[in-house]
Amino acid sequence: MSTNTGRFSPRNIGLGLAAPVGALIFALLICALILVGTGHAPVDVVNQMIKSAQRPRTAANSLNSATTYYLSAVAVAIGFKMRLFNIGVDGQYRFAAMMAAAVGGASFMGSLPSFLRILMVIVVAMIVGAVWAGIAGFLKVTRGVSEVISTIMLNAIATAVVAYLLNPHRLAVSVAGSNNIGTAPITPGGQVPGFSYPGSSSKIFGLILLAVLVGFLYWFMLNRTRFGFDLKATGLSESAAVASGVNVKKMIVVSMLISGAAAGLVGMPQLLGSSYSYALDFPSGLGFTGIAIALLGRNHPVGMAFAALLWGVLDQSSNVLDISGVPKEIVVIMQGVIVLSVVIAYELVRRYRLRLEQREVGKALGTTKAPEEVSA
Amino acid sequence: MSAGGLNVAVEEKAAPVKRRLSPIIYLWLALAAVVVVSLVRVLTGADDLTSSGTVAAALTAAVPIALAGLGGLWSERAGVVNIGLEGMMVLGTWGAGFAGYQWGAWAGVVAGIVLGAFGGLIHAVATVTFGVDHIISGVAITLVAPGLTLFLSKLYFAHAPGGGQKQSPPIADVSRVSVPGLSSLLGDLEQKHWFVLSDLAGVLRGLLTNVSLLSLLAVLLFVVTGYVLWRTPFGLRVRSCGEAPQAAESLGVNVYRYKYAAIVASGALAGLGGAILAINSSQFRDGQTGGRGYIGLASMIFGNWRPGGLAAGAGLFGYTDAMQLRSESAVHALLLLLGLALLVLAVVQVRAKRFAVAVVAAVLGVAFVLWFALTDVVPPELVSATPYVVTLLVLSLAAQRLRIPKYVGQLYRRGQGG
Repeated sequence: MSTNTGRFSPRNIGLGLAAPVGALIFALLICALILVGTGHAPVDVVNQMIKSAQRPRTAANSLNSATTYYLSAVAVAIGFKMRLFNIGVDGQYRFAAMMAAAVGGASFMGSLPSFLRILMVIVVAMIVGAVWAGIAGFLKVTRGVSEVISTIMLNAIATAVVAYLLNPHRLAVSVAGSNNIGTAPITPGGQVPGFSYPGSSSKIFGLILLAVLVGFLYWFMLNRTRFGFDLKATGLSESAAVASGVNVKKMIVVSMLISGAAAGLVGMPQLLGSSYSYALDFPSGLGFTGIAIALLGRNHPVGMAFAALLWGVLDQSSNVLDISGVPKEIVVIMQGVIVLSVVIAYELVRRYRLRLEQREVGKALGTTKAPEEVSA
Repeated sequence: MSAGGLNVAVEEKAAPVKRRLSPIIYLWLALAAVVVVSLVRVLTGADDLTSSGTVAAALTAAVPIALAGLGGLWSERAGVVNIGLEGMMVLGTWGAGFAGYQWGAWAGVVAGIVLGAFGGLIHAVATVTFGVDHIISGVAITLVAPGLTLFLSKLYFAHAPGGGQKQSPPIADVSRVSVPGLSSLLGDLEQKHWFVLSDLAGVLRGLLTNVSLLSLLAVLLFVVTGYVLWRTPFGLRVRSCGEAPQAAESLGVNVYRYKYAAIVASGALAGLGGAILAINSSQFRDGQTGGRGYIGLASMIFGNWRPGGLAAGAGLFGYTDAMQLRSESAVHALLLLLGLALLVLAVVQVRAKRFAVAVVAAVLGVAFVLWFALTDVVPPELVSATPYVVTLLVLSLAAQRLRIPKYVGQLYRRGQGG
């Protein structure tokens, strides 16, 4: 920033907040219009959701959802930081969670100490996620295959492989009393105990601490390590990074591996804190939620935490709507509009900032050259 | 496809300039393929490989994929990556459900096209006017579309007769046509199970009898696309936006307007694909597209960003899709086919002196043949992965033959050329 205003000046903070707040208001407006158009009263809907959000149970569930969303967002953000689109977080976490669940539920685990069991499950998940993402990284550096396409394909292949393995002849067992099938449940010794939340029967995932740790490590890696510096440098200007000695191919493979390892963690809070097995009803689509949250939070460790919380609260408090005849998918619409409008808003703010800077430079130099559009 | 992200230069020898193959050669190639398939059929006894039923089912399965791919072609030829195809298709399925059950299938088709085009318009506004990254906009559209359609279907279908929270009331089918007089003749020939002849009869009978008008519409759109994009000034300008927008701009082409047109057309085609999908399964259902937008994208890559190749890719993927539903033994025979195809590719690559690729292809080919020889059935879950595996193989083994629009996925602002 070449402006004479600092990083934490009111103007800079105001501009930084303008985009997310503006997008939120815009999304609220669109949703209000849709609700009015379909014969519902927006104020009622908001009231119901606020009332629901205040219930302890909803709050606890929101926090739990936010935990998984946050992990997913970090996995996506690691790629985004160097302009790699890991669309494949979805497949990576599902495959990883299934394999980890199979290992965690295996009978030989029973005799091991609890700590070791949990660690093994988490490590397996990270390895599987890393390998699955690594394929995309490998294909990109050796064959020049776009990671966008390969991760989309790998998502679908993961779906097929998981369906293949999740079969009573292979890694799964039938769940008693239902037509659900899943991996053998992880016995209490391998589970991660949750924190109780006052007034709620649902517990908060113990692995929320893992999410906090991952967030910290993400921040540390980006801002305090050489690797993180190279990562950001490559994302900002590939040619400049190459000129300063960064091996871009190595960076691509390593960052895909790290991103995949983080993606492997996405299913862990749910697996070790609540489901204890990977069954057909294991949450899916979290990878795409992660993309949305990473975009809203601008890949910032704290920004993504707020975005994940917002998503969690929206998701959980919308459950009440279906009962009163408003389809709860209004929240999905709202989330989608937020994502699209927030990226547009960031772009508009960027252009506005550029113009401001140019005007200031012009003022300082005493010339009044017409502002020139420069694009990334 | 570079898709705006990092561009890793993979050192490759430039592909030698090849003369275009004449249509006769393509005909011979197609015939050779039929002979190979016929051979596999006779060897394995899997008669469903070329039965008219399979071919007809393959055509039905291929059409929505092909139209999504054609949508991708329009958009990417104009330089904009469209991974929102899936979302636009979803919008199309809902449109067909909503208008289709009330005013008939053709109204459903129109509604599907309109909704798909609307999705395309959003993509165009975001990517062209506001310079949002193409992938991000596409993902956002794919996120919103299922939510929006489920919201609307809960409102409009839940209380309609025969509808439900997640599905529309039934839609009537459009009429079907046949080439007169062929059905019984070809049917008899097909029943004989003769080498090659019966296979040809089966394929022709599947393609020429009892064909939905919607499939014919799709074929027509392929011809129109090929003509418009490669034989008219308009198409030349659209493609120039995808190859070198600054150059196009310097020649007075309004790049933004052409991009808008192409992306809206892209959305309309994807929406039509969705509408046809809904009409073929006689109703809208939540989650009906099941990733077909992505398979469409895959078939576009498979087809090297050209309509003919795209149609072949969609046909291939539709074929595996149909096979999976029809016959286990035929699917098993596919393994042998895939193995043989990879071995042929290996030989071709050896002749082109690309030995690393040849080795990989040969190893994979042998693996598939062994898999065929050592097992009796293919797990059905794995068959659904075929399009995706094939696409990855094509991208990684035949990448040097792919010719991607030069400027695809990159941001373009008016006046950039200075």
